[in-house]
Amino acid sequence: MARAVSTQTKIGWTIAAWVVALLIFFPILYTVITSFKTEQEAIAGFDLIPSFTLQSYGEVQTQNDYIRPFTNSVIIAVGSTILALIVAIPAAWAMAFAPTKQTKNILMWMLSTKMMPAVAVLVPIYLIFLNTGLMDTRIGLVIILMLMNLPIVVWMLYTYFREIPGEILEAARMDGATLGQEIVHVLTPMAVPGIASTLLLNIILAWNEAFWTIQLTTTNAAPLSAFIASFSSPQGLFWAKLSAASTMAIAPILIMGWFSQKQLVRGLTFGAVK
Amino acid sequence: MATRQTQSLAKIMRAPAIILLLIWMIVPLGMTLYYSFLNYNLLNPTQTSWAGWFNYQYFYTDPAFWDSIWNTLILVLGVLCITVVGGILIALLIDKPIFGQGIVRILVISPFFVMPPVAALIWKNMIMHPSYGVFADVAQFLGMAPVDWFAQYPLFSIILIVAWQWLPFATLILLTALQSLDGEQMEAAEMDGASALSRFIYLTLPHMSRAITVVILIQTIFLLSIYAEILVTTNGGPGNASTNLTYLIYRAARLNFDIGGAAAGGIIAVVLANIVAIFLMRAVGKNLD
Amino acid sequence: MAHITRALAGACAVTALSVPALAETLTIATVNNGDMIRMQRMTAPFTEANPDIELDWVTLEENILRERVTTDIATRGGQYDVLTIGNYEVPIWANQDWLLPLSDLPDYDSEDLLPPVRDALSVDGTLYAVPFYAESAMVMYRTDLAEAAGVTISDSPTWAEIRAAAEAMTNKDEEVYGICLRGKPGWGENMAFLTAMANSYGARWFDPDWQPQFDSEEWNATLTDYLDMMTSYGPPGASSNGFNENLSLFQQGKCGIWIDATIAASFVTDPENSTVADSVGFAQFPNKEGVDNHGNWLWSWSLAIPATSDAPEAAKTFVAWATSKAYTEAVAEADGWRNAPAGTRASLYENAEYQEAAPFAEMTLNAIESANTQKASVQDIPYTGGQFVAIPEFQGIGTSVGQQFSAALAGQMSAEDALAGAQSNVTREMTRAGYISR
Repeated sequence: MARAVSTQTKIGWTIAAWVVALLIFFPILYTVITSFKTEQEAIAGFDLIPSFTLQSYGEVQTQNDYIRPFTNSVIIAVGSTILALIVAIPAAWAMAFAPTKQTKNILMWMLSTKMMPAVAVLVPIYLIFLNTGLMDTRIGLVIILMLMNLPIVVWMLYTYFREIPGEILEAARMDGATLGQEIVHVLTPMAVPGIASTLLLNIILAWNEAFWTIQLTTTNAAPLSAFIASFSSPQGLFWAKLSAASTMAIAPILIMGWFSQKQLVRGLTFGAVK
Repeated sequence: MATRQTQSLAKIMRAPAIILLLIWMIVPLGMTLYYSFLNYNLLNPTQTSWAGWFNYQYFYTDPAFWDSIWNTLILVLGVLCITVVGGILIALLIDKPIFGQGIVRILVISPFFVMPPVAALIWKNMIMHPSYGVFADVAQFLGMAPVDWFAQYPLFSIILIVAWQWLPFATLILLTALQSLDGEQMEAAEMDGASALSRFIYLTLPHMSRAITVVILIQTIFLLSIYAEILVTTNGGPGNASTNLTYLIYRAARLNFDIGGAAAGGIIAVVLANIVAIFLMRAVGKNLD
Repeated sequence: MAHITRALAGACAVTALSVPALAETLTIATVNNGDMIRMQRMTAPFTEANPDIELDWVTLEENILRERVTTDIATRGGQYDVLTIGNYEVPIWANQDWLLPLSDLPDYDSEDLLPPVRDALSVDGTLYAVPFYAESAMVMYRTDLAEAAGVTISDSPTWAEIRAAAEAMTNKDEEVYGICLRGKPGWGENMAFLTAMANSYGARWFDPDWQPQFDSEEWNATLTDYLDMMTSYGPPGASSNGFNENLSLFQQGKCGIWIDATIAASFVTDPENSTVADSVGFAQFPNKEGVDNHGNWLWSWSLAIPATSDAPEAAKTFVAWATSKAYTEAVAEADGWRNAPAGTRASLYENAEYQEAAPFAEMTLNAIESANTQKASVQDIPYTGGQFVAIPEFQGIGTSVGQQFSAALAGQMSAEDALAGAQSNVTREMTRAGYISR
C-alpha cells in the first residue's frame, strides 16, 4: 500500500533536500563558475554570474596541452581497472562459491595491504621501475594502480557474488552445464550489475590517484594529476586559471559519474545489504 | 557442498590475485624493512651505513611523533563521525518523496569524483581563503571578521575537506541500505503509534548497522593514509597541529630525503595500522557475516 | 590490399630510419612561474635553428618539481635532460658529481653574468648551472600611501623606519595593511625571509662548531620584532601567506610595504595585473641600526644538465640559448623590456631601454651586487648561502623551524617557545646528520 503524501510535506522535504544538495555541490559549482571569470572578477568578491570568458581555459591550454594527460588518464584508469577485474573475478568467484575457513582472513589481509603508506615505499618502487624500464610508461602505472585497487575490487565482487543463490548454479550443474557455460550463461548475467559498479568505482579511484601517478611519470605517461600539479601555486593572480584547470581535471570523471550513477549505486553495497 | 574438484579449481582461480598481492606486499615491505636499518640519505648516497635500530629510535623520539598519532586518530574519527551521521541524515532526506530526486542524488555524490589535491585546492583557495574565499565573503556580509581557517583550526579544516570528499560514499551505501528496509514493518510500527524517533532508533538504525560497519571499515583504510590534502593546505602546520603519521613519513622521505628514517616510519605505521585493523575486525567482523 | 601494407611498412621503415638520425628529444623539468612559462612559449626561434632537437616540457609546482627531480638525480634515473634548480641545489649536487660542468657552452658569454650569481652557481670556479633569472630581496612600498600618511622611506631604511612607516600606512577599515611579509611555513617561504631578516639583525644559524643559535639574543630580537609588526600591521591569515599570496595582496593595493624578492618588482609595476602599478617605490632590504648587513638574499632559478642525460650536447645548446642575450632580446621584443629575465647579466642593466622600462632596475642590481652568499652573517659562520644554509639538511630543518615560527605567527605559541622548539629540533637533526657528535 502506497502511503499518500500531502503535497505540502513533499514540498517541504524537497526544499530541505535541495538546500543540502546544493550546499554539498557548491564548491564544485563555484569552481566551474570562477573558471569562466577573468582573474580580476575571480577575486572581486562573491559573485555567481561570471562574464563567461574562455580566457583562463585558453591560458591553461597554452601552458600545458590537455590532450596528452587526458588520454593518459583514460588509458591508465580504464586499463588498470580492467586488469584488476580479470584477476579479481575468478578469485572472487572462488571465494564466494567455494569458501574455506580462510576466506574471511584472506579478504581482510588483502584490504590490509592498502595500509602501507605509499610514500615510505617510494624509493624501492622507483628503483624497480628504473631497472625494469617501467618508469614513465602507462603500463607501469596500470600495474601499480591495479595492485592498489585489487583488494577493493575483490571485496566488492565477492560481496556481490555471494548474493547470487548457489542453488541456481547447482541446478545448472544438474542440467549438465560445464563450468565455462555456468560462468558465461548463468553467473555472468546475474553478476553484470555488480561488475559494472565495481568497474565504475575503480575507474574513479584510479582516476583520482595522485601520488604514484605524479612520482612515477615525467612526460609520456603523465596523467591529469600531474597536469593539475603544474597549476597549484603559480605566480600572480591564479584563481580563474586554477579553477579552469581544476574543472578540466574533474569534468570527464564527473560527467561519467553522473551518467552512470544508477549502475554505480546498484552494486556499491560492499555486502552492506542482506 | 563443493566437490574436491571445485575446491582445487577454486584454489587455482584465487591464486593470481593472492600471489600478486603477496608480491605487492612482500617486495616493498621487505625492501622498506631493509632500508629501515640503514643510514641512507638520498642526498648523500655514498655515505650509506648500517644503522641498527637508530632510525626507529629517531622516528619514535621525534617531538612530532605523539602529536601525529593523536592527529591521525582525530582525523579518522572526526571524518567518520561527520560522514556517518551526515550520511544517515542525508540518506533519510533523499529517501523521502521529493521532486527532482535524481538530480539531488547526482549533486550529493559529486564530491566523490573530485581528486584529492583538486578538492584541497578548491577548498583552500575558493572556499576557506581568508581574503578571497566564500566563507570570508559570508563573514563579511554578516559583519564578522573573516576566519583564517588553516591557521586557527588547521585540523578541523582538513577534517572538513576530507569529510566533504567521503560524505557521498557514506551516503550512497547508507541510502542503499535504507531503501532495502521493509516498508510493511515500518507501517505496522507506525500504526502501533511508535513515534518517528523511536521507529528510527529501533527499526532503521539496527537495519543500517551493517552498512555503517562497511562505511567505517572502507573509509578507515583510506583515511589512515591521507596526506595530499595536508600537503596542499597546511603543510602539517602551524607547528605540528595538522601533522598526521603519513605526513610525518612524507616529511622524512620527501623533505629530508631520509630514506632510512622514512622506512622506519613506514614500518611503524604498518604495525599501527594493523593494530587498528585487528580492532576493526574484532568489532566489525561479526557484523559482516 | 597487399601493396597498401607494403607501402605502410615502407613508410614505417623510412620513419624508423630517419628518426634517430634527426630528432633528439630533450625532457625539460621546469617550475610553473611566469618566466618559465614564457620560455615555453618563446622556443620557436630555438626549434627553427635546431630542427633536430625536440623539446618536451614537464612543468610542475615548485615543491613537487624539487621532489621529482631530486629523487631522479639521486637514483641516477636519467628521466630529464635539463633541470630547473636553484642556487641552493647547485653546489650540493655538483659536489656529488650529479651535474655536468658547463664551462664549455657553445657561444656563451659567461663573463657578462653578474659575479655574485656566477659565484653562487659555480664550484671551484667551474660553472655547473646557468642562471635563467636571479633575484635578491628589497623593500617595495606604496608611494601614494606613504605620502598620504606623511612618512618617507629612505633608500636604505632601518627596521625601525619600516615599522614606523607600516604603522602610519595601516588602515584596517579600508583593508590596507601596513606591512606584508611571508608567513607560510617552508625553507623557501617564511624561512627565506626570516633568515635574511635575521642576517640583517646580526644573527646566524650556526656557530663555527655547527651549534644552532636560536637561543641567541639576535634571533630573539628578529622573531619578536617580526611577530610584533605582523600582528599589529599585517594582513589577516598572514601565517599562510607566501610569496604568491603577498603578491596578490600587494597588487590589489592591500599592502603598504612588502619586503620580498626583487623579481616581484616587475609584477607589481605591471599595469595589466596590478592596480597600484604607478605608485610603487623601492628601497634596499632593511637592516638593524648598527648592523652592516642587508640580508644577503640571493636566489637564481637556473638550468642545469644532469650527468645522466643521454643528450648532453643538445641540452647544452638549449641552456646556452635559453640564458643568452639573444633570448633576453626576444622576450623584450615580444613582451616588452620590463619582462626581460632579470638579475643575471650586466649587459641588461647597461641597456638604456631596459633602464627606462624598468624603474626597479637600479635597485635590483644594487641588491644583487651587494648580496654576499659566502659570508651571510656579521658573525663567524661555517656555512655559505644567503637566505638559506647551503647544506643538504636545510630543506628539512628549515621547514621544521618554519613550522614553529609560523605557529607563533598564528598565535598558537609564544616567540620564546617557538625559538626553543627550533633550537631543540635543529640540534636533533644536526646531531643525526653528524655535524654535532652524538
